[in-house]
Amino acid sequence: MPRPKVAFYWCASCGGCEETVVDLAEDILGVVAQVDIVLWPVALDFKYHHLEALADGEIAVTFLNGAIRSTEQESMAQLLRRKSQLLVAYGACAHLGGIPGLANQFGREDILRSNYETAPTVVNEGKTRPQAVTEINGYRPHLPEQHQVVRTLDQVVDVDYFLPGCPPTPELTKAAVAAILSGNLPPKGSVLAPDTALCEACPRRATKPADVKFTEFRRPHRHLLDPQQCFLAQGVVCLGPATRSGCGVQCPGGNMPCTGCFGPTSRVRDQGAKILSSLGANVAGRTAEEIEPTLRGIPDPVGTFYRYALPASLLRRRVDIPHA
Amino acid sequence: MNAPAQPPAAPPWTPRIVAFFCNWCTYTAADLAGVSRLKYAPNVRVIRLMCSGRVDPQFILEALRRGADGVLIGGCHPGDCHYVEGNYKMLRRFGLLQRMLADLGIPPARVRLEWISAAEGERVKAVINDMTRQLQALGPLDLPGKFADWDAEIADLAATLQTESAKEPEATHTWEPPKVLVQPQ
Repeated sequence: MPRPKVAFYWCASCGGCEETVVDLAEDILGVVAQVDIVLWPVALDFKYHHLEALADGEIAVTFLNGAIRSTEQESMAQLLRRKSQLLVAYGACAHLGGIPGLANQFGREDILRSNYETAPTVVNEGKTRPQAVTEINGYRPHLPEQHQVVRTLDQVVDVDYFLPGCPPTPELTKAAVAAILSGNLPPKGSVLAPDTALCEACPRRATKPADVKFTEFRRPHRHLLDPQQCFLAQGVVCLGPATRSGCGVQCPGGNMPCTGCFGPTSRVRDQGAKILSSLGANVAGRTAEEIEPTLRGIPDPVGTFYRYALPASLLRRRVDIPHA
Repeated sequence: MNAPAQPPAAPPWTPRIVAFFCNWCTYTAADLAGVSRLKYAPNVRVIRLMCSGRVDPQFILEALRRGADGVLIGGCHPGDCHYVEGNYKMLRRFGLLQRMLADLGIPPARVRLEWISAAEGERVKAVINDMTRQLQALGPLDLPGKFADWDAEIADLAATLQTESAKEPEATHTWEPPKVLVQPQ
């Protein structure tokens, strides 16, 4: 019997998701024995035309990590969608936009100018920038173009499942692969992780106050945090209440608050708005003058509440950016 | 009165405001304005909630996303909340939300919080007229139109790919041998 074909691909991502696949350690051998890997640029040498030569739907499942930010990533997402029976958005960037999605606060022109001209480490007197098409010695090499907007995978192509996390854990990955190989799958569009808030799984839960009253927000790099007590009780912004569990509570385990990489549960549409609602409502004080100084303890609401989910949010990006 | 000062050539656009009014104060005040036959700008769509504390910031973003030019939240005056704390919760969220919206390019005038008691029908009128005038000056927010603009780059590429693959099925991203580099002309 031919083994099911599997592809791994990366778009706008850091490589951490690939690392998780490697972190399967010896368990990966069990997976590799059962499947035929047809594409995995980070580890194995395949060419795109090998992929194009496959019949539509010939790949059983593709795990695609990274946000969609360039024309090349977009066309690869479309190609892999066509060639695959199942397409899994793997990791926070494919799922929600992730860290690259924070670029949606800026215009493409701002980003290119910063990267190629104004950043302090850049020396580029000719102000050279990558061009989609250049003429070199009679040849015309093509480069991908950067989109104006960073997108989640499902804003570009139809996605069957989502594996959340920055990166997803090896445990969730193994469970997902097992579910796919056995055909024991939840409804299409599911996020393959528990549908409860992180607080439910947090060992500090017993110390979570029923009624929080923030009088200041304390930032983790400026305070020594209690390793047992709920972060909210310590006045630390923790996205646990608005974030899906399934990560093994690793950050609180390392005495750092949750930053929200698993995205919201299925009952929440917009993670940032929800945690804003929760934290905001629990600030002490009854007048703007009393409340405002406390709220200033959150200097960057977008970066704090939408750290991984700006492209997936209701507004998607800063709305007043002219396209250039 | 309060007619928007627009040049004659202006398009017939007028702002669309989604209002979340609390059942006990502002909604009752809007009712009073109606019963008192006060005339105010017809630009507002009122949604009645039990309390301004029920206004989830997601509602506000969703309204804007679906094409509202502004969102108005009306609750009881401080100290008067039927549920004791609800309007304070809204007030606390509001400061943070306004800062976040500013960072996302939505000016503060588009989202407004007002305390209007059940007796203040006149104030409903004044606030709605004033907000309508401000939004008229700001112009349309038109997020649905912006989303369509942003996504044109996606639609464009899909169309290009389709025409290319119709002509030459395996032409896109064939990197070996690098055909684009070996064109003889």
